[in-house]
Amino acid sequence: MIPAPFDYVRVGSLDEAISALVEHGEDAKLLAGGHSLLPLMKLRLATPSVLIDIGPVRELSYVVDAGDHVAIGALTRHHDLHHDPVAVSQVPLLSMVAGKIGDPQVRHRGTIGGSLTHADPASDLPAAVLALGGTLVARGPAGERQIPADAFFSGFLESALAPDEVLTEIRVPKAVGGHAYQKFVRRAQDWAIVGSVVARVGDRVGVALVNMGPTPLRALAVEQALAEGASAAEAAERAAEGLEPPSDNNATAEFRRHLARVLTRRALAEAGV
Amino acid sequence: MPGSILGTRVLRIEDPELLTGHGTFVGNLRVPGMAYATFVRSPLAHALVNSVDISRASRAPGVLGAWTAADLQLEPYHGFMVLNPACGRPPLATGKVRFVGEPVAVIVAETAAAAADAAESVEVDYTPLPAVVDPEEALVAGAPLQFEELGSNIAAGFRDREDVDPFARASRVVRLRIANQRVAVVPLEGNAIAVVPGDDGAGHLLTVYVSTQMPHGFRDNLCRLLNLDRDAVRVITPHVGGGFGAKAGVMAEHLVVTTVANRLGRPVMWVETRSENMVAMPHGRGQIDYVELGFDEQAKITGMRVRVVSDAGAYAGFGGALAIGPTRLMAQGVYRIPTIRYDVAAVLTNTTPMGAFRGAGRPEAAEFLERTMDLAADELGIDPVELRRRNLIAPDEFPFTTLMGARYDSGDYERALDKALQIADYDALRREQERRRRNGDRVALGIGVAVYVEVTAGGGAKEFGRVDVHEDGSATIRVGTSAHGQGHATSFAMIVADRLGIPLNAIRFIQSDTAEVPRGGGTGGSRSLQVGGNAVRQAAEEVLARAKELAAEELEASTADITVTEDGRVGVAGVPSRAISWARLAQLAASSGNPLAASVDFSQEGPTFPFGAHLSVVEVDLDTGAVRPLRHVAVDDCGRVLNPMVVTGQQHGGIAQGMSQALWEHMVYDESGNPLTSNLADYPMPSAAELCSLEASNTETPSPLNPLGAKGIGESGTIGSTPAVHNAVIDALSHLGIRHLDMPCTPLKIFEAVRAAEAGSLPSVWREPPAALSQLPLRGERPRPEAADADI
Ligand SMILES: Cc1cc2nc3c(=O)[nH]c(=O)nc-3n(C[C@H](O)[C@H](O)[C@H](O)COP(=O)(O)OP(=O)(O)OC[C@H]3O[C@@H](n4cnc5c(N)ncnc54)[C@H](O)[C@@H]3O)c2cc1C
Repeated sequence: MIPAPFDYVRVGSLDEAISALVEHGEDAKLLAGGHSLLPLMKLRLATPSVLIDIGPVRELSYVVDAGDHVAIGALTRHHDLHHDPVAVSQVPLLSMVAGKIGDPQVRHRGTIGGSLTHADPASDLPAAVLALGGTLVARGPAGERQIPADAFFSGFLESALAPDEVLTEIRVPKAVGGHAYQKFVRRAQDWAIVGSVVARVGDRVGVALVNMGPTPLRALAVEQALAEGASAAEAAERAAEGLEPPSDNNATAEFRRHLARVLTRRALAEAGV
Repeated sequence: MPGSILGTRVLRIEDPELLTGHGTFVGNLRVPGMAYATFVRSPLAHALVNSVDISRASRAPGVLGAWTAADLQLEPYHGFMVLNPACGRPPLATGKVRFVGEPVAVIVAETAAAAADAAESVEVDYTPLPAVVDPEEALVAGAPLQFEELGSNIAAGFRDREDVDPFARASRVVRLRIANQRVAVVPLEGNAIAVVPGDDGAGHLLTVYVSTQMPHGFRDNLCRLLNLDRDAVRVITPHVGGGFGAKAGVMAEHLVVTTVANRLGRPVMWVETRSENMVAMPHGRGQIDYVELGFDEQAKITGMRVRVVSDAGAYAGFGGALAIGPTRLMAQGVYRIPTIRYDVAAVLTNTTPMGAFRGAGRPEAAEFLERTMDLAADELGIDPVELRRRNLIAPDEFPFTTLMGARYDSGDYERALDKALQIADYDALRREQERRRRNGDRVALGIGVAVYVEVTAGGGAKEFGRVDVHEDGSATIRVGTSAHGQGHATSFAMIVADRLGIPLNAIRFIQSDTAEVPRGGGTGGSRSLQVGGNAVRQAAEEVLARAKELAAEELEASTADITVTEDGRVGVAGVPSRAISWARLAQLAASSGNPLAASVDFSQEGPTFPFGAHLSVVEVDLDTGAVRPLRHVAVDDCGRVLNPMVVTGQQHGGIAQGMSQALWEHMVYDESGNPLTSNLADYPMPSAAELCSLEASNTETPSPLNPLGAKGIGESGTIGSTPAVHNAVIDALSHLGIRHLDMPCTPLKIFEAVRAAEAGSLPSVWREPPAALSQLPLRGERPRPEAADADI
C-alpha cells in the first residue's frame, strides 16, 4: 500500500509538461487525477521513476462551445464535466456519463484525459466518446495531432499516444437528441460489469460497449443493423457479435454477451431509437 | 426519584469526538522513536519454505532489523480458543506455509515506507505443494494434508448416535444442501498494535496499545504466550474502528511485533493495510450444511437431521469450531422439533484461518433452518408464514429447554412475527407479487420471512463493574467490557444517572485499560449490557445504599425514608428541604475513611436468547439477474430496551451486514488457493446506496435472568436478515421452479438459474454429504474442543 520510491515534478503549463516528458524519458508518467495511476503504484504494479504532476495546468480544464462541436480540456474533472452548463446542454450524454463514474471522491479527482489515456475497457467515458464519434487532440515535441476516437484505443490499457505526448483536448460533436447509458453494476460505485452507450448524432446512431473486450469498443454490428433499417430490438440482438468479453467473478463471457444485448436493447429504447 | 431516562433516545455521548476527527485509533498514536513493522507474506497457499534470505533487507536504508522464524524462535501457538491442540501456528511460518498471506519474515524500519521497500528484497525459496481450498475436497481420501501427522484434514468433529430416526413419522422429508459462504470481516480499521517497551514509572515494563475487543484477555494471552510478567504489562485499547468478532485473541503479528519491540528496545507499530487485512484477519462463516427436515400430514416437523462441513481454514482456526458449538446449540431455532441428529466435521483448508464474524455460528443455524423452512413451504404448497406458525414454540412454553441443551429464557416468537407481517402488510405484498406474475412482469417481487432465536452472553457470563462518586459530585464508571462502537459510554452512564440522579455530563466512563480496570471479559457475543451493564447497575445500587445510610444519619431520618430527589440529591422523600448533594455525601464518606464507591463482579446464571422476525422485500430483474432490496422490516426482541436509538443503530448495522452476505459478499479463492477478492474493488462491500431504508422496531420480552431484563442486540440484525433477504430472492424466482441458490445471490447466479429453469435443467438442491462424515467418532467419545464454547 506504499508505492515504490519515485521522483516528483510539478509543472505549471503544457509546454513544461512536454519538456519534462522529453527530459525524463520512458520511465516518467504524467499524473492527472491519480485515480487510475496511484492505485496501481500502491500495489506496486506500476513503478514509474518520475511522476510529472500536470494537476496545476489549469489551462487544460475547460468545456467550450466550439460551434459545431464541444471542446473539453483533458484535465477537466468528472465532477466539473457532469455539472458544466455547456456539456449539459450540448452533449448531455457525456455530462450524464461523467456523473455515473465511481463515487463523489473519484469524480472530484479523476479527469477525462486520464480516463481516456488509461484506456481501461471497463471505464465509462471512453465508450461515450466512441459512441459520439469524438476526436482526441495530442501535443508532443513534434507539435499537435488529432486522433479519431476509433483509432485511439490500441490495446488493453494502451492508447495511441506516444510516451512524450500529452492528451490536451477531447472534441465531440454536439448531440442534443436521445441518448442513454445503461451501466450494469453490483454497487453504485463500481466499474461497469457491462455498459451500453447510445448516442444520436444527427442521423447517425452510435453505440459503444463497456467491458466487452480488451479495449473500449463500438458495437459495430448494432450500428450497422440500425443503418440498414433493422428495428432497435433486432439490432440489439447483435450487440455481442464478434466480441470476446472477459470472464471474472462477476460475470462469465456468456453472461456478458447476454447483458450486452439486454442493456443495448434498453439503451436504444431509452434513447428513442 | 427523578423520572427515569431508561428507555429514552439519549444521543450518544461518544459521537462528537469521533465525528470531529478526534479518534484515538492506534494508528494515530505518536510516541517518540516509533519504528514501523512490515511483514513479508507468502504468495503461495501451500509450500515448503526452503530458505528465507533477509540479508539484503537487513542492510536496506532505514532498516533497524529483519527477522525470520529461525531468528525469533517463537513456539507454535493458539491465539484464542483451541480447536485442535496439534494445529498450533508458528507466528512466522516454519517449514511450511499453509495459506496465502501467512507471514514469513518481519522488517522493522524508521518509517513504514522504508520497511515496505526493504520487504521487497527478501528472498524466499518455496517448493509449492498441492493446496486444498474446498473443505469437502479436503475430506476426500488422498487430499493434500496440511498437518501430515494428523492423518486427515479433520481438525475435530463428531456424529450423533443413530438410535433415533427423525423421519419415522414423516410423510414428507425436505432436503437441502446449503453453502454458507466464507466472508471477510472488513472492519474499517484493520488490526493495529503499538508496543512501547520501557518503565512507565507505574510498575509496567511494557505498554501495548492494541485494537482489540478484549484488552484483558489480550494481556493474559500475550503474557502467557511470550512468558511475560502479567503485572508488568499494561494493555490499552484506544478507539477501535470495528471488531465484529475478528478482534478476539492474539494474532501472529501481535506476538512478532511485541517480540521485536522488546529486542530493539524501541516502540514499534504495525497497522495492517487493507490488502493485508483481507488475507490476514480471520474470516467468518464458511459452512456447508446438509439439512433434512421431516413433516407429518399436518405440516408439523417430525424431526431434523443436519450434517455440517465447517471450514476451519489453515491452522484449525477457532471459527471452525463454531459449527460444533453455537450452530449446533441453535440448530433447533424457534420450533418444536421432536428429534434431531447433528453431525459435524471442522476441516483444515489452505485458506486464511477462520474466526468469528457478527453472529459467530448462530447466523449459520438460522440461515439453514429458515431457508429449509421456506423450501419446505414451497414443496408442501403452504404459505411460509403459515408453516412457521404451525411449528413455533408457544409463549407459554418458556423457559424452554431444547434438544440441543439450550434453555431459552423467555420469548414470544409469534408476536414478533405478527408485528413484522403487520408493518409490512404481508397480504398486500403477496397480492402485488401475484399481479406481477399474472402479467408476466420481468421484474419479479420476492418476499422473504425469517423467524430466529439466538444466544448471547453464554460461557460463564461474568463481568466487573465499579462506580465511584467524587467529592465534586461527579461519578466515574469502570467496567470490564470494551466498547468499540456499541455506545456503552452512553448506555452505562444512563444506568448510573437513572439510579443516582447524577447528570450524564457529570459521569466519566473508563474501560479498556488494564491499569485502570482490574479485570474484564471485553465485548463480544452481544454480552456487554447484560453483564457489564448489570455490573455497573449493581455497583450503583450499592453506592446508593451506602449514600442512603450516610444521608439518614446526617438528616436524622430512617434509611427507609431516604430516596434520590427530583433535583438529583439524596434526601427524605417528599421533603425537599431535607436533602444532601452527592458532593457532600462523597465528602462524608471520604472523611469516614471509606470512599463512596462500590466494585461488583456480576454474574448471570445462564445465557439469554434474543429473537425476532424479519421480512424482506426485493425486486429481481429476470433479464439481468439484478436484485434490488425494496424494504426490510425487522422486529428484534432484545428484552427490555435501555436506549432505543442505540438499539436501532445495532439493528441497522446488523441488517446491513446480513443483507450483504445474502447479496454481495464472498471471499473467493481459486483452486490453487489464491484469494481473488483481496481488496475492496473486488470484494463487494455495499454502501448505503445499495441498501433500502431499514424499518427496524422491537417487541420487548424481558429476560428474567438479569435486573435490567436485557438481552444482546449486537448480532440479531445479522442473524435475522440473512435468511430473510435470501428467502426473498428465492421467493421471487420460485414461480420459475427455482428452489434454491447459494449466497451471495449474484446476478450471474440468478441469470444462470433463470436460464436453466427455462431449459428445464435446474440442478437438484440436494446431494449426499461427503462419506467422511459417517466415519466421525460418536459425540462424547472424544473431548469437546475448547473453541466450541467460544462466546464471541
Ligand atoms: C474507487 C474508484 C472507482 C472508480 N470507478 C470508476 C468508474 O466507475 N468508471 C470509470 O470510468 N472510472 C472509474 N474510476 C477511474 C477514474 O475515473 C479515474 O479518474 C480515471 O480512470 C483516470 O483519470 P485520472 O485523471 O485519475 O488519471 P491518472 O490516474 O492521473 O492517470 C491515468 C493514466 O493516464 C495518463 N494520463 C493522465 N492524463 C494524461 C494526459 N492529459 N495526457 C497523457 N497521459 C495522461 C497517466 O500518465 C496515467 O498513465 C475509478 C477510480 C477509483 C479509484
